[in-house]
Amino acid sequence: MDFSLSDDQKALQQAAADFTRAEFAENAARWDAESYFPVDVIKRAGEAGFLSIYIPEEHGGLGLSRLDAALIFEQLSQGCISTTAYLTIHNMASWMIAMWGSEALREQWLPRLISGELLASYCLTEPGSGSDAASLRTKAVRQGDEYVLSGSKMFISGAGETDVLVVMARTGGPDSGAGGISTFLVPADSAGIEYGKNEDKMGWKSQPTRLVSFDEVSVPAANRLGEEGEGFKLAMKGLDGGRLNIASCSLGAAQQALTLSRDYLMGRKQFGRELASFQALQFKLADMATELTAARWMVRQAAWRLDQGDPEATAHCAMAKRFATDVGFQVCNEALQLHGGYGYIKEYPLERLVRDTRVHQILEGTNEIMRVIVARRLLADGMIESLQ
Amino acid sequence: MKILVAVKRVIDYNVKIRVKPDNSDVDLTNVKMAMNPFCEIAVEEAVRLKERGVASEVVAVTVGPKAAQEQLRTALALGADRAIHINTSAETDEKVESLAVAKLLQKVVEEEQPQLVILGKQAIDTDNNQTGQMLAALTGLPQGTFASEVKVEGDKLQVTREIDGGLQTVALSLPAIVTTDLRLNEPRYAKLPDIMKAKKKPLATQTPAELGVEVASKVTLLKVESPAERQGGIKVGSVDELVEKLKNEAKVIS
Ligand SMILES: Cc1cc2nc3c(=O)[nH]c(=O)nc-3n(C[C@H](O)[C@H](O)[C@H](O)COP(=O)(O)OP(=O)(O)OC[C@H]3O[C@@H](n4cnc5c(N)ncnc54)[C@H](O)[C@@H]3O)c2cc1C
Repeated sequence: MDFSLSDDQKALQQAAADFTRAEFAENAARWDAESYFPVDVIKRAGEAGFLSIYIPEEHGGLGLSRLDAALIFEQLSQGCISTTAYLTIHNMASWMIAMWGSEALREQWLPRLISGELLASYCLTEPGSGSDAASLRTKAVRQGDEYVLSGSKMFISGAGETDVLVVMARTGGPDSGAGGISTFLVPADSAGIEYGKNEDKMGWKSQPTRLVSFDEVSVPAANRLGEEGEGFKLAMKGLDGGRLNIASCSLGAAQQALTLSRDYLMGRKQFGRELASFQALQFKLADMATELTAARWMVRQAAWRLDQGDPEATAHCAMAKRFATDVGFQVCNEALQLHGGYGYIKEYPLERLVRDTRVHQILEGTNEIMRVIVARRLLADGMIESLQ
Repeated sequence: MKILVAVKRVIDYNVKIRVKPDNSDVDLTNVKMAMNPFCEIAVEEAVRLKERGVASEVVAVTVGPKAAQEQLRTALALGADRAIHINTSAETDEKVESLAVAKLLQKVVEEEQPQLVILGKQAIDTDNNQTGQMLAALTGLPQGTFASEVKVEGDKLQVTREIDGGLQTVALSLPAIVTTDLRLNEPRYAKLPDIMKAKKKPLATQTPAELGVEVASKVTLLKVESPAERQGGIKVGSVDELVEKLKNEAKVIS
């Protein structure tokens, strides 16, 4: 077993660190304050390769592993969590198109999704269907060469500013469950699509989140990804990687929070001595670093399992997402505490790190749902034995 | 036209410098290393000259330990065509002085016969600012240091130099040596696809012994200290008080 990163991985990390330093770091606070979605910078991220990280090379992507992607997102998020999180969603949605779109569909959309000329959203959640995603009600009715979509999607990241929607909709009967769902590539400007207001959120402010409603939206049948009835499976496959990506954003945030905390403790004096000289605070720092390290290796090993095609990869991705997003939030919150009043004001980035990482415990499956997924596997044969 | 660019592996400019407890040197354990920023500017200028069709080949060279190949890979990802690594042993690499580097580069210049050699004006670790000048002396080539603009016109080179109080433009005949200043250009960052491609570009390794250059140091480093910590300022009540303090406390005027 060798835990060291290869030279290539180090080079990827360095490139991501350079990119985020040049493009994200100085703007993150402003984008947050102004709720500005930096489409221009995201395009540059596309030019630099950050929008097609694990799309196979034969489809024009970089063909990197999930482990590589985790390393890259961890670096990028140290400049701007919210914008990096959007990049991860774009990567996930575009990857689904690359994997399950027809050749014609790929040719039509992928090159521009890879370059960042077009942006994508992932549409699963509905007003009445969140954790119980398989109960979704948006329907897609086949009419000749087309499907007609009706219904609405809630909390869609990027919506209103993106060009391509990857939509999960019901093609089976009302009680068809997970097996009655199909996935479609829907052009975002199709007739019959309306966008709600940009939700006023706690964090993730550099990207819009909107309700998307579909009123008899016609989509060519050729825009279906995979077969009819496969949609839920594809959506979950997308999320296996998506969860690692979101977890990686939490790791990056925690790393930044830890770095800031160390510097602050060494610079700030109270009671005539450096804060760093108080053992209570040293212990806090030690715990933050310990938890972060545990979370980081959990994410990396889950990514490795996904790369290996491990049959228990989904459960490991869920464990890693649960743990790393909890730890990420806690470490940022502790870091805020270590900064005292300065942690609470916007002149310092701590409060933004806390606000941005909070939602990672909620989306791409809440951390309760992560436990549901893990427990389901634990109660099935063999999973517990395979943990050792 | 062939361009040779020299790059150096140094401590990352974002890293807080720590001095070893025994003051023997800067502590490099676990410290992030990167390409010297002035070298990044040198690579960028060479790549731009290639993109404009002025140069046909860009060769990056570094003198340093095995790990310095990381910086060569970066140069390749940024657009250099091939790289040369002059491998110095780990024990001595930090102590390879400017003159030894210049002598090694001289050998590479003799071998490669570039029309233009671009170096950073200095490396941010030791701040010596002399390798380019030494290389010019050793090779007998004209030099344009502290460049803020470089123009190639036929077999002539026009270099705008940043000098105290203004700019100076010099004309050099090629081949020539240029060292870069901060305002020459704004370097790009490497793109992921280019990093992947860089893996396939040629990287040759040589040793100082093969080049017949002695790199042992003739300077002994006695002591490294952190700069004195800044003290908090005070407010003075009047101009008279200020003048008094400048005279008697700070002793900067008399
Ligand atoms: C900023 C933001 C961006 C988002 N972006 C997207 C996007 O791009 N695309 C998309 O499709 N969705 C997106 N979402 C939606 C997100 O995935 C859902 O909010 C999430 O899955 C939870 O669904 P819900 O909000 O309906 O909560 P509910 O499912 O109603 O859950 C409420 C609470 O009950 C708990 N709970 C529910 N069921 C169980 C159970 N069986 N056992 C234990 N606890 C349970 C949940 O964990 C939660 O704590 C986004 C959400 C936010 C906030």
